[in-house]
Amino acid sequence: MARRLPRKDVVIVGLGWTGSIMALELARTGLEVVAIERGPWRDTAADFNIGTAPDELRYAVRHDVFLRPRQETLTMRNNPSQTALPIRKWGSFLPGNGVGGAGVHWNGQTWRFLPQDFRIRSHMTERYGAGILPEGNFIQDWPVSYDELEPYYDKFEYVAGISGKAGNIKGQIQPGGNPFEGPRSREYPTPPIKQGHSQELFAKAATNMGLHPFPRPSGTLSVAYTNTYGCTMAPCTYCGFCERFGCANYSKSTPQACVLPALVREPTFEARTECEVTKVNLSGDGKTATGVTYVDANGEEWEQPAELVLVCAYALFNVRLMLLSGIGKPYDPASGEGAVGRNYAYQTGTGSTAFFEDVKFNPFAATGSLGMVIDDYNGDNFDHGPHGFVGGAYINNAYTNGRPILYHPTPRGTPNWGSAWKKAVRETYQRVTNVGAQGSVMSYRNNYLDLDPTYKDPLGRPLMRMTFDYQDNERKMANWMADRCDEIAKAMGAKTTQVNRLVGPWSVVPYQTTHNTGGAIIGSDPKTSALNRYLQSWDVSNVFVMGASAFPQNAGYNPTGTVGALAYWALDAIFKYLKSPAPLVQR
Amino acid sequence: MIDADGRLSQRRGSASSAAKQSHSGVTRRSLLASAALLFTATGASARIVTKVLPWKPNEAYPVTPIAPGGYLFFTPQEAAIVDAFVERLIPTDDLGAGAKDAGVTTFIDRQLTGPYGGHDWLYMQGPFSSAPLPSQGLQSPLTPRQQYRQGLAALDAYCSKTFAGRGFVQLNAEEQDKLIGGMEKSEVKFDGFGSTMLFNAIYGNTMEGYFADPIYGGNRNMAGWNLVGFPGVRYDYRDVMEKPNQAYTLPPVGMQGRPAWGER
Repeated sequence: MARRLPRKDVVIVGLGWTGSIMALELARTGLEVVAIERGPWRDTAADFNIGTAPDELRYAVRHDVFLRPRQETLTMRNNPSQTALPIRKWGSFLPGNGVGGAGVHWNGQTWRFLPQDFRIRSHMTERYGAGILPEGNFIQDWPVSYDELEPYYDKFEYVAGISGKAGNIKGQIQPGGNPFEGPRSREYPTPPIKQGHSQELFAKAATNMGLHPFPRPSGTLSVAYTNTYGCTMAPCTYCGFCERFGCANYSKSTPQACVLPALVREPTFEARTECEVTKVNLSGDGKTATGVTYVDANGEEWEQPAELVLVCAYALFNVRLMLLSGIGKPYDPASGEGAVGRNYAYQTGTGSTAFFEDVKFNPFAATGSLGMVIDDYNGDNFDHGPHGFVGGAYINNAYTNGRPILYHPTPRGTPNWGSAWKKAVRETYQRVTNVGAQGSVMSYRNNYLDLDPTYKDPLGRPLMRMTFDYQDNERKMANWMADRCDEIAKAMGAKTTQVNRLVGPWSVVPYQTTHNTGGAIIGSDPKTSALNRYLQSWDVSNVFVMGASAFPQNAGYNPTGTVGALAYWALDAIFKYLKSPAPLVQR
Repeated sequence: MIDADGRLSQRRGSASSAAKQSHSGVTRRSLLASAALLFTATGASARIVTKVLPWKPNEAYPVTPIAPGGYLFFTPQEAAIVDAFVERLIPTDDLGAGAKDAGVTTFIDRQLTGPYGGHDWLYMQGPFSSAPLPSQGLQSPLTPRQQYRQGLAALDAYCSKTFAGRGFVQLNAEEQDKLIGGMEKSEVKFDGFGSTMLFNAIYGNTMEGYFADPIYGGNRNMAGWNLVGFPGVRYDYRDVMEKPNQAYTLPPVGMQGRPAWGER
């Protein structure tokens, strides 16, 4: 039997980006806030110590800071006719664990979605007719607009200190920035980071082709910065140990660098780590959450009563916690009914690998957010009429690192081992670069999340089951993008190029991206969304669910900027809710 | 809620001993390393953090440097096969030391004795499917330790049968290359063990050992880093960013420094 603890005002499940922001803002108003985190506490000084942090084997290959699949994983299949099997070892995506969550080990690439991304269904139908929407799609307009989110994007960017160049300030196009972006209220908090030789070639080639290159908005900072919470960050040193690593320099925008130093000073805040929330507890009528149950490191069960429950774990695990707690109706693909688990989406990756002669690209001198980008082919920034697909991608040329266990490229056709391989590895390392397209993924009836009937976690609870594959629309889009990448690679002066297309079923094996979205989406209709526009559960009004699980489909950008904006947007609504606890949108 | 050393407190359980344990890097790391942490009979029940950041000056969690010499997992026969195998994957040639001379066999041996060797961090609950989809990735119940123990025995038995009693180590380089290529392409069948599984295990670990920080026993004298020109863990390339398209001339440095700094 769970023992009951004294009541708190707010219980937060998971202490990553959204959990720490929520905790700080709510504790500042004097509310008693407890954050329950299943992983360990992590500090920059101790856990990302400069003498131990740059260790490719430990962090990038053995996955030291990630969630251990032994503790929790998912099962996976490509379509509902198959039997799902557990992802025994992470590959395609890498969920974080511990304080800071995936905000510890990300690359820091921080984007806003396009204004049209928020009304994609209406926008595409208005411009091209409903026939352009792919078969079996579940594409929905977001119940919130870009203009509504803009102040909150701004807020998050100024907490994270993002380095970039605005392309549109209050409707005025700015030279050097992204001319396609939605209007922003002001310039980025810090100037863009430096780029390498390869990015110079990319920018020149793209400009000559009539495209509009700009530096990627970066959560690895160009200069020292003190953020809105008084937390100070240091300039990035281009060490090349960002994604999969904690940053020893206080240069990467993370909860550790940007929020926790302020948060722990709040006297009404407390974090309990190495405690796993197993359930959000509901009242008898199922309409109110009474708190959460968690299991501590001793395996003992505790009940933490609270007035307000904020689910702030990783997108996938938010969905699982809702399913395990009975919040909302689980999605059933056979009937198409139910809201929790539907609209799971991901991201496409295609491109062109470009081989040069007589260059020194120095790939090891890099940061996770380095890169020059064009947005000419994202969203509906180009005419989709001739192509027959929905969605788009940004195209970028970047190095995030040159760490050699996982990065020692060779041209296709090179043997995988032996002296010929060795020679090719040596000759290729300095003179290869990649022009890549990171694309949107729409939502579909048969891409969804539910509970697995067979496999369990160590506490005996069912694992979540992911049913996902790229659909024809995404393949068409991503492979069209690959050709655009190849054109640019050739224009950069590459001696040879290799086009990387989206072929075969989605696989859990090679790393692709940790941009898992949907499953607990926001929407205007409680039948087809788990949350209202304020990220409040339609069914249990004192539960709010943060994260990319809220995205109705995924845009052609990294999600964290939008996750941060949605958190601040929801926070304003939560302040309203606290004054008068009730559903913020009537169902 | 502040305990004796003023940094964090344990709310429940045997507070004093638990607090002490959670301050010890060893205990904390071993908790991290173990998915069974939720079931440990001893130790902290929860770590409470409030009011101050819970770290101490100079607190860090370094890995233990590998002391070369001898083997902890491999038998001498197994080590000789691995030596011969990795020397074919990355040979010593005019471009520098190969995997064997870079200590890759020692690297693999030590990795196999740690959590990696038992797949301690992976999801290893059954049922194990006999017909997984390729897109579903790793689905074998065999840990790396089992793969090496069974796989190397199967390889040697295959050699003995096919090459008139000669083991893998006794084959000439050409025969070894042909056999390794056959394992890679699943063209060779061992009795009772998948030849490609063994190839993949050795191949993956060889790449790791050749390019990982020398602290793990491989990449001796930074052979792997010198091959590609990776400067290691210098952690500051602002100077490189100022001078694009120029050769980087400083030698690589690892977490323990570099050979010219002497034995550490």
